[in-house]
Amino acid sequence: MNALTEKLRLRLDEDQLTNCMRCGFCLPACPTFAETGLEAESPRGRIALMKAVTDGIMVPDQAFEDQMNHCLGCRACEPACPAGVQYGQLIEQARDAIEDHKEHKTWVKVTRKAAFKTVFPHQERMKWVGRGLQFYQKSGLRTVAHASGAMKLFPKHMRDMEKILPDASGKGVVEKIGERHPAKGEKVATVALFRGCIMDVLFTETNIHTVDLLTAAGFEVVIPREQNCCGALHAHSGEAEGARDLARRNIKAFKAAGVDYIVSNAGGCGAILTEYDHLLHEDPQWREDAVWFAERVVDISDLLVRAGRSLDFSQDKTQGVAEPVRITYQDSCHLRNVMKSADAPRKLMRQVEGAQFIEMKNADRCCGSAGIYNVTQPVMAGQILDHKMEHVEATGASYLLTSNPGCLLQMKHGIDEQGLSGQMKAVHIVDFLHERMKK
Amino acid sequence: MLQEEVRRELISILGSEHYKDDPQSLVTHSYDGTPMLQSLPDAVVYPSSTEQVSQIMKVLSRFKIPVVGRGSGTNLCGGTVPVHGGVVMVMHRMNQILEIDLENLTATVQTGLNTKQFSTHVESLGLFYPPDPSSMSISTIGGNIAECSGGLRGLKYGTTKDYVIGLEAVLANGDIIRTGGKLMKDVAGYDLTKLLVGSEGTLAIITEAILKLIPPPRYKKTMLAMYKDLYGAARTVSKIIENRIIPATLEILDNATIRVVDDFAKLGLPLDMEAILIIEQDGDEEAVERDIAIITEVCKSENADQVSIAASLEEAEKLLTARRSAFTALARLRPTTILEDATVPRSKIAEMVVEINRIALKHQVQISTFGHAGDGNLHPTATTDARNKEEIERVEEAFEEIFEAAIRLGGTITGEHGVGMVKSPYLEWKVGPAGMDVMKAIKSSFDPHNLLNPGKVFAKETRKRVVIQRG
Ligand SMILES: Cc1cc2nc3c(=O)[nH]c(=O)nc-3n(C[C@H](O)[C@H](O)[C@H](O)COP(=O)(O)OP(=O)(O)OC[C@H]3O[C@@H](n4cnc5c(N)ncnc54)[C@H](O)[C@@H]3O)c2cc1C
Ligand code: SF4
Ligand code: SF4
Repeated sequence: MNALTEKLRLRLDEDQLTNCMRCGFCLPACPTFAETGLEAESPRGRIALMKAVTDGIMVPDQAFEDQMNHCLGCRACEPACPAGVQYGQLIEQARDAIEDHKEHKTWVKVTRKAAFKTVFPHQERMKWVGRGLQFYQKSGLRTVAHASGAMKLFPKHMRDMEKILPDASGKGVVEKIGERHPAKGEKVATVALFRGCIMDVLFTETNIHTVDLLTAAGFEVVIPREQNCCGALHAHSGEAEGARDLARRNIKAFKAAGVDYIVSNAGGCGAILTEYDHLLHEDPQWREDAVWFAERVVDISDLLVRAGRSLDFSQDKTQGVAEPVRITYQDSCHLRNVMKSADAPRKLMRQVEGAQFIEMKNADRCCGSAGIYNVTQPVMAGQILDHKMEHVEATGASYLLTSNPGCLLQMKHGIDEQGLSGQMKAVHIVDFLHERMKK
Repeated sequence: MLQEEVRRELISILGSEHYKDDPQSLVTHSYDGTPMLQSLPDAVVYPSSTEQVSQIMKVLSRFKIPVVGRGSGTNLCGGTVPVHGGVVMVMHRMNQILEIDLENLTATVQTGLNTKQFSTHVESLGLFYPPDPSSMSISTIGGNIAECSGGLRGLKYGTTKDYVIGLEAVLANGDIIRTGGKLMKDVAGYDLTKLLVGSEGTLAIITEAILKLIPPPRYKKTMLAMYKDLYGAARTVSKIIENRIIPATLEILDNATIRVVDDFAKLGLPLDMEAILIIEQDGDEEAVERDIAIITEVCKSENADQVSIAASLEEAEKLLTARRSAFTALARLRPTTILEDATVPRSKIAEMVVEINRIALKHQVQISTFGHAGDGNLHPTATTDARNKEEIERVEEAFEEIFEAAIRLGGTITGEHGVGMVKSPYLEWKVGPAGMDVMKAIKSSFDPHNLLNPGKVFAKETRKRVVIQRG
């Protein structure tokens, strides 16, 4: 038995592995299975591989590791499973064991350390990344890099991503608009905004718009300054301890704010926030607070539909009537499969006057972005994206809305790639609603 | 691992991309939907045409290497577990609809085709392919044919066997045979089509099928009848038939099943009922309304607590989809669910339900019951834990008695899931020694060297569910 087997045996939840009946109900839900038709690329197959390792039938080799990394982590298999197998936990446990075991090459180690330990956990350092990016984009360095061909040094998929990154900001939402925002009209409840790390430097505007929507719907909004990255990237990349550490710090920051809800506008972040209770269930000191925290987390669309005062999306006729537009929506997997919010965004989109909502085929299927999947698994991600864009185009929409920064970037990339920039743009649902709200 | 020579020949037929013998491929083709059975093959192949299948079979028969045909591995009898190693032949790449003949109302398809995809396609053309095993969203036409799968509509519309009218198949020696055709009548010689249907991959690899299509019903209605007592629900089943009504669907779920299914599908089913019946009737509007009215009366006369009609097709479909998840959903109770498939004449449903409960109590095991009550096909399902060897043994004993009871009541050991590995020790109970001899003679005339799915149907091993490993 090798050392990795031992690690996997310790980490993998035996009950979950046994609970899988191998019925195959999850297969039709899985995008990697749909692309390849291979059992090993299915949830049932991946669980069987994990079980084979713990049962000693198989020694975890490179192919095993690759397969675990090939999973998008979109978790579409979970709601499809009648037995209630917690696949998301299994894949994270597997990746965590692999990561723990790995003798990374030095440069990978340094980069990972930089990313996971030095940058993401520190909100103020994310600002530096934002500022760095901003400098690069604004200073003309970007132009130089492109013109000189320096970008060619990077693989194509990295270059593609660089192109579509929005203009970064060195200031986050708190720095721009402050920490506390009273409700407009009568107050319904108090909410804390989870601002996210990438979200806050690349999509600061979206955070500001989120605050606007919330206050308009009757919420008092606080944005606790001490909050940090959610830890999703850590958890999905096998850095469970790092994720737990971030969770503890976030719980502390939000507990101090004493709020009714904790709102997220990024499906990927929101999902892990709702799972802090699971993440910390073995930590007696934090268990209870983690449950308190997880119970309060809600996505912006859901909160607007569930508890807020209805927003007015009718058009201001005095300003002239805007041209009718067609909109479509790409689900964020984690929002849909983990936070179970698929109806709320659709409801809101249907309320917007002058916008015709067209449901896209397979909108519920992962777009291939999946955290940093499009960077680590460019081939599969590209294939999935191509199929996705066929469905996007078929809707004839001029706005493609999403609920998560990763998906948004991926959709922008897809639009670019297919030469559709002239006819449609990808926009965060919050920004779209904000633009159409009667102010 | 196969001998190098065999390997080389197979790769030259398939191309290296479609021949796999890495640990990952072997592990993921070592199991199917049957709990606790597993055995590694030596290689996995993915053919793309009948011609390729034939070439592969020629090589394998020359080297006497066993082969297991595989659709999606959803069978529940150990049918695709390669107990003797050898090659697993995955049919997924052969998934084309070759023709839909609107004049004859037939479809010609490759057998790796997904059943749900096929059925949806056919419906989009205004036609109907009734066989609908609960696994249809995953399973293949080939797997359905090899297992002669039934489904929720089996009662009124029959099962897969009633819709297969022609086949193309490859024998163990690589010869290609064609049976039947686009014909509603055909008595030329023995009916090899029907012989291959339900043959569980032991007689030939089936590569193409001609399927009969029918016009869809014009109107349907779905109802839910709830009972405080399981016996009353079971009695309703035979009463409905006695009233000369054959519903399209007539399913029974006991309390444990209702709970887990509702936990999964969130339908708001009544959790305090001992049983529910899901009943669907289709046909002409007037006839359906009349039948539904009579069925409602019957349910009430058997003390149904409540009878309600689904408000929309969507609601009805949700109900049926939830029912389809029953087997897996029971894993919410205990980690392992072992599903069985005892079938009795439908007049004996109530007696069978009582027997199952008595036997479960006697052996101190949890057994829940649901199934296609209308055709007498019950699925008593044990909820247990694979890791508890002692309990598994008691489960095995209980099931043995359940099969005895089924046969005593004039029933059979499997209504739709097939014999495979798990029922093979009981086959003789059902067909008798002379029946076994004829079956074995048929097997050896198709496959003299026992290469096609060996260890199934005729195996002598006891049915003990232990993880079987090779190599
Ligand atoms: C949740 C669940 C619900 C189910 N519900 C039902 C139900 O309602 N009714 C029912 O009847 N069954 C049911 N089953 C059992 C199973 O789904 C069916 O037997 C199904 O037909 C198997 O199809 P498959 O494509 O998965 O075949 P597999 O499981 O891959 O194979 C089944 C058998 O067919 C053979 N085979 C497959 N393809 C070929 C081929 N092309 N040529 C020759 N032999 C071949 C295999 O060797 C094996 O013996 C259910 C299973 C599950 C897990
Ligand atoms: S649906 Fe659930 S129980 Fe069935 S194979 Fe997938 S994970 Fe396992
Ligand atoms: S998480 Fe997504 S990609 Fe991974 S196995 Fe589940 S459905 Fe497939």
